[in-house]
Amino acid sequence: MDLERSDDQELFRETTRKFLESTAPVSTVRQWSEKEAAGYPVDWWRRGAELGWTSLLVGEADGGGSVSGNGLADLALVAEEMGRLVSPGPLLMTNVVAAALSEAGTAEQRAAVLPGLVGGETVATWCLAEPGRPACGGEAVALEAARQGDRFVLSGVKGPVEAAAEAGHLLVTALVDGRPTQFVVPASTPGVTVVPLQGIDLARRIADVHLDGVTLGPEHLLGEVGDAAAQVERQLQVVVALQCAMMAGAVDEMFTRTVEYAFDRYSFGRALASYQALKHRFADMKLWLEAIHATTTGAVRSVGAREERAAELVSVAKSYVGTNATVILQDCVQLHGGIGVTWDHDLHLYLRRVVQERSLFGTPEEHRERIAAGMGL
Amino acid sequence: MAAQSVIGAPAEEVESFRLRARAWLAEHMPRLPEGVDNYHLMRDDEFGVRARELQRTLYDAGFAGICFPREYGGLGLSREHQQAFSRESAAYEMPVLFNVPTLSILAPTILDFGTEEQKRRHIPAILRGEEMWVQFLSEPSGGSDLAGLVTRATRDGDVFVLNGSKIWSSGAFRSDYALCLARTDWHAPKHRGLTMFIVKIHQPGIEVQQIRMVNGWNEFCQEFFDDVAIPAEDVLGQVNDGWTVASRLLIHERDAVGGASRYTSGLGAAGERSGSATGLDHLARATGRTSDPTVRQLVAEDRVHERVAQQLVRRVTTGIASGYFPPPAGAIPRLFAATANERHRDMALEIVGRGAAAWTEGDPVGEVSVEYLFRQGGSLGGGSNEMQRNIISERVLGMPREYAADKDKPFDEVRHNAAPSRVR
Repeated sequence: MDLERSDDQELFRETTRKFLESTAPVSTVRQWSEKEAAGYPVDWWRRGAELGWTSLLVGEADGGGSVSGNGLADLALVAEEMGRLVSPGPLLMTNVVAAALSEAGTAEQRAAVLPGLVGGETVATWCLAEPGRPACGGEAVALEAARQGDRFVLSGVKGPVEAAAEAGHLLVTALVDGRPTQFVVPASTPGVTVVPLQGIDLARRIADVHLDGVTLGPEHLLGEVGDAAAQVERQLQVVVALQCAMMAGAVDEMFTRTVEYAFDRYSFGRALASYQALKHRFADMKLWLEAIHATTTGAVRSVGAREERAAELVSVAKSYVGTNATVILQDCVQLHGGIGVTWDHDLHLYLRRVVQERSLFGTPEEHRERIAAGMGL
Repeated sequence: MAAQSVIGAPAEEVESFRLRARAWLAEHMPRLPEGVDNYHLMRDDEFGVRARELQRTLYDAGFAGICFPREYGGLGLSREHQQAFSRESAAYEMPVLFNVPTLSILAPTILDFGTEEQKRRHIPAILRGEEMWVQFLSEPSGGSDLAGLVTRATRDGDVFVLNGSKIWSSGAFRSDYALCLARTDWHAPKHRGLTMFIVKIHQPGIEVQQIRMVNGWNEFCQEFFDDVAIPAEDVLGQVNDGWTVASRLLIHERDAVGGASRYTSGLGAAGERSGSATGLDHLARATGRTSDPTVRQLVAEDRVHERVAQQLVRRVTTGIASGYFPPPAGAIPRLFAATANERHRDMALEIVGRGAAAWTEGDPVGEVSVEYLFRQGGSLGGGSNEMQRNIISERVLGMPREYAADKDKPFDEVRHNAAPSRVR
């Protein structure tokens, strides 16, 4: 978490934290994961939207607005708190689509989609990834939208896509004449089929989106034909920065609980926390954890401020956080002993959350390749 | 922003100071050659002659000791003035050899604990480039357990007689004075029987030997003390209260290494040294391996560590200042830098491949494998990684302290290593 946050941001964070703790403690998240189709009750998401979860990246003209002037920094506080409680809900996906529409949508598109997203009545998701391709870098998208008069026809598979089944709107990144182009697609469009996948994260749903002759008029274009590269990069930066914040929250919570466990758990008449072999492992974990917070903060600030170096800093953060969050969590499992690999202990919920975020929108390895390319190699 | 000078007159505005410095530097200081930094130049300045001249030039022009009090020859200005000057002077030859430890560690400790007489004698001389200082703390008999040191200073009338040995003092052979921590009471528990002394290095009874390191460096020294008489007025602080002085010195050291010292001049604290020139991308290009996917991963990982290190310093510095972290959290970026350096050396070795075994003389690739031999250097100096892990777990996370057999015991009842006998 950013140590230089303002009083307003702290109040905002505290409000979200209290709401999450009272409405969706981890025990509730578990129940919802089995009972609720999307992993959460629709009304719960709407109440979260009232707290500001869906409006921070949306312009004021469209009913949005930030707490601090850097809406991404504000939203990262929500993402981190949701990581802390492995909360369900399409926070990243809905916000990135809302931001894209707010930045690049026509007045008609904004009026048609944003009120529902901001109000929490509908949700949206971004279809970027394609089976068998890396999710970041120039090779990510191969789906061609074929021209047919002034219309476009999409056939292919996008996935894995989080929250595809519950989304009312899909932001589809494709190519037209080989150049990146984006479409805002109502989920009810003929030819769109959502095929659920087995996801690692119990609290969230994930699917492939099959597009079978999906025919779209020019009113579905987000921005100009072939001109979406910068917008796609911007969306990727937003999602990745928020992924890092969510992972940071998840790891911070489980590290804190593991430290408490080390003080409370006795072996051979001594607290685990008194063994130097274990103390040194905790010191290493603390080091990695603070570095995770530091690099997440750096990425969030830079993307929020639209700095040129944000492209590198999000990949630095994703590489570092994605690599070390799992290392810390597996060490937390080890330090808990056998209880750490049981279904009843919460550890696996956190590990699931981190594995999902680590793997989507570019793995650490893929982001390192992006960094190398950015260094001119 | 306006700073108040020590004597109360309004100080020069930062911007005006910056512009005046810029003009003066352009006219009077030599520009650094392309691709050469002050550390490269320093390597060839074995006795610090050039650094002394440059420091004197700064002093004569009224740009030395920006944050030092005016009554001791400084300018009495703010950290903003110091930072403005450091940025302006980045492209010029600067006496960075004085920064660490003289200006950033020893001089501030003297300001903190020195008598009026001690401060007047030494601080202006330091700022004029006449005195280079070094710290005599570590001993061959023990590295991490500083307070368990066994160099003795025995009172004899108006003097203390010093016997023993110190080690790992950087550049002692070219330095003039040292702060030396020695045991003055063997019946007190270890922290309460120590005294800090101001010691003139080049005098009868002190022998300085340069230590040859595995990578060819010979900056580190060992000193041998043989009945060295130290005047009682050269005690810094109180007799048997040397641990208080040493603790403060170590805080100044941490600030200096972390780049947070207000007493340096020019870009030259150790923490500011690593730049893109040391990045593995240069090595990948030099070896023609830029398209190798494995090498690309390594180059990027190195860049990640470089960026995260900077971000972590900012986080921890901010957090300590606000009280979010306790001051010992300074161990966190220190441990990060050390472990990232180990990884850096490993990755460099991997990239040069077979070139690590043999190379044409003068080829920079060869330096990689020689530096690899010194891989653990950064994990040992200034408190080993293991000590940092103790500090983080005990003083940041609050875990139980390690058992210490010498706690509250008179030092002469504690088992300790003997002072080393002299090897000739």
